Amino acid sequence: MTVIPETDTTDAGAGPPRADPPLVGIEDLDELWFQVSGTLCNLACSHCFISCHPGNRAFGFLGLGDVKRRLEEARRLGVKEYYFTGGEPFLNREMVPILEETLRHGPASVLTNGTVFRDATAADLARIAKESRYSLEVRVSIDGYDASMNDPLRGDGTWEAAMRGVEVLVSHGLLPIVTIVQTWPDEETLRVLDRFRDTLRLRGYARPRIKVLPTLRIGMEASRTRGYLPHERVTPEMLEGYDAGQLLCSHSRIVTDRGVAVCPILIEAPGAHLGLGLEEALRPFAITHAACTTCYQHGAICTNLGAGGAGRDR
Amino acid sequence: MNGAAPRSSARDEAAAGEGRGVLALRLPPSRLALLGGVYSNHIALAGAIADARRRGAQALFCLGDLGAFGPHPALVFPILRENGVVTLAGNYDDSLARGLDDCRCGYTDPRDNHFARLSYRYTFERTPAEEKRWLGALPRQVRIETGGRRLLLCHGSPRRMNEFLWESATPDAFLEKLFREHDCDALAVTHTGIKWRRELPGGLFVNVGVLGRPENDGTPRVWYTILDVHPDGSIEPTFVPVEYDHAALAREMRAEGLPDEFVETIETGWWTTCLEVLPSKERMRAKW
Ligand code: SF4
Ligand code: SF4
Repeated sequence: MTVIPETDTTDAGAGPPRADPPLVGIEDLDELWFQVSGTLCNLACSHCFISCHPGNRAFGFLGLGDVKRRLEEARRLGVKEYYFTGGEPFLNREMVPILEETLRHGPASVLTNGTVFRDATAADLARIAKESRYSLEVRVSIDGYDASMNDPLRGDGTWEAAMRGVEVLVSHGLLPIVTIVQTWPDEETLRVLDRFRDTLRLRGYARPRIKVLPTLRIGMEASRTRGYLPHERVTPEMLEGYDAGQLLCSHSRIVTDRGVAVCPILIEAPGAHLGLGLEEALRPFAITHAACTTCYQHGAICTNLGAGGAGRDR
Repeated sequence: MNGAAPRSSARDEAAAGEGRGVLALRLPPSRLALLGGVYSNHIALAGAIADARRRGAQALFCLGDLGAFGPHPALVFPILRENGVVTLAGNYDDSLARGLDDCRCGYTDPRDNHFARLSYRYTFERTPAEEKRWLGALPRQVRIETGGRRLLLCHGSPRRMNEFLWESATPDAFLEKLFREHDCDALAVTHTGIKWRRELPGGLFVNVGVLGRPENDGTPRVWYTILDVHPDGSIEPTFVPVEYDHAALAREMRAEGLPDEFVETIETGWWTTCLEVLPSKERMRAKW
C-alpha cells in the first residue's frame, strides 16, 4: 500500500490526538464510493474539497478490473448503492463500462462537472440506464443559476459548458440531478431554487431535479473563505445523544487506487486510509478532522437523498 | 463485518422509546391481506377491507402510516379496530404518538418539507389524544410463522421504519442481507408508496403499495396486497387495485382546506409533491 504523505496542506488535519477520540462505528456498508478518476479534473474550482485540478495526479484512476473486484466484495457485504467521483469521472475512459458493470449489481450515481460530455457518451449512458433494472443517477455540479454566480467558483465559461452538458443528457432522456453548493443565506433558498428551475426549463429540462449541498471548508475552499477554527472539532461529548447514523462514515467507505479510505471528503487526510480490503476497512473511525464538523452539522451531504440523512430514522 | 457492534433484528425494536417491539404470531397457511399506508384515506381503507373479505382473506394487517395527506384523521381508527386489522406503527404514527414536530418521512426538498409540515400539523391537531396513545402502543414489527415460512411485516425496512426501499434502488444482495440478518424468508413493507416484488433464493420481498394515495401512474386507484400462504410453504403475492370514490375524498380534502397539490394527486393519480425522493427510474415514469 502506498504511504499517505503525512504533510497536511489542506487544513483538514486531525487536530491534536485525544485520549478518548469521538469514534464512529460502521455496522452496515450501505454506500460504496469509488474515487474513479483519482484527483484529476479538467477544472480547478476554488471550493473543491479535495483540491482537484488538471495536474493533480496524487490519486490515480481505477480501472474496470479494479471496480469488478470491489463489486464482488461489496455484493458479499450487501452494499445498497454505488457512487463514482473524482476529480472528473468522465476523464476516465472506462467510465461507461464501469457504470454498466455496476448497474448489474445495484443503483449507481456518478458525480460529474458536466463539462466533458460528448453526445456519444450521453447516448451510452441512456442506453445502459435503460438496460438495467437499477437506477443510474447522473449528478452535475453547477453552482448557480447564471454564469456570474457559478463562474467565479468553477472557472470562466464553466456555467455554459455544464448547462450544455445537462442539455445533452436531457436530450437523451436522462434526468440528471443538478447539485448546487449553497453560497447564499438560508432564507433565499426557495428563490434561488425557483430561479434555477426556470433557467433549466428554458434550456429544455422540463422536470429539473436540483439538490443543494452545504460548502465544506477544506481543500481549496479553506483559502476561499476561511478554514475551520481549531476549536471547531467534534468532541466525544458532542456525540452523546447524537445519531451518528447521519454521518457518511457510519455507513460508507471509498475505494481509491491506494486502498479503502473512510469517506470521500477525507481521502487526502492523514489516517483516513483504513486498509486494502473492504471488510478490513469496516472499523470505527475517530472523527477528529475539521471537515467532520460540517458533517456533524449537516449529515450525509454526499448521498442523493441529501442533507439531514434522508431515509434514516432520526 | 465489524465485530464490535451487536448485529441483530433487535436493533430497530430496541430503539429507545420507539414502538412497542415485535408482535409474534403463528398462523395456519391461509390467505392474508396486507394493507399499506392509509394516509387518512378512510374511504379507500373501508373499500379495501370489504374487498379483502370478499376474496376470503382470513387475517388483515396494516403496515402503518395511518395519518398524513388526507382529511379527518380520526376516522381510520374505528375502521381498523372494528375489522380486527392487526396494525403496526409507521414513522408517521410514531411521530404522532411521541409528539414529535415532524413526520420523519425523509424529504429534503424545501417545497416537499413545506407540504409535509402543513399536513403533519393538520393531522397532529385532529388526532385525538387517546388515538395517539393507541398509536404509541402499536408494535413496530409483526412476525408470522406460517406454512413453515417466517414472514416479517414492517413499515420501511427491518432496520429503520423510514428507510426507503425503491425497486430501482434496492440490490438483490442487499435484500438477501436483510433476510439473513433479520431471520425471515418473506418480507413485506410499504413506506415508499409504490408496490413492487422480487423473489430471490433467500426469500420473497414485497412492497404492498399504499391505500392513501395513487402510485404516480396517472390513475386514481390505490393498491393493497393479498398474500396466499400455501401448505407447501409457497407464498404467492397478488397486487389488488382498489377503485374507490376518490371524488368524495377530494371534496372532503378541499372542504378541510388541505393543499390543492394533494387534492390534485388524489384526482389525477400523479404525484405533485415528494418527487425529489424518487430514484431516476421511478421518476421517469412520473408526469412531474
Ligand atoms: S469541485 Fe469537482 S469539478 Fe471542481 S475541481 Fe473539484 S472535482 Fe473538479
Ligand atoms: S468528514 Fe464526515 S464522513 Fe468523513 S470521517 Fe469526518 S464525519 Fe465522517
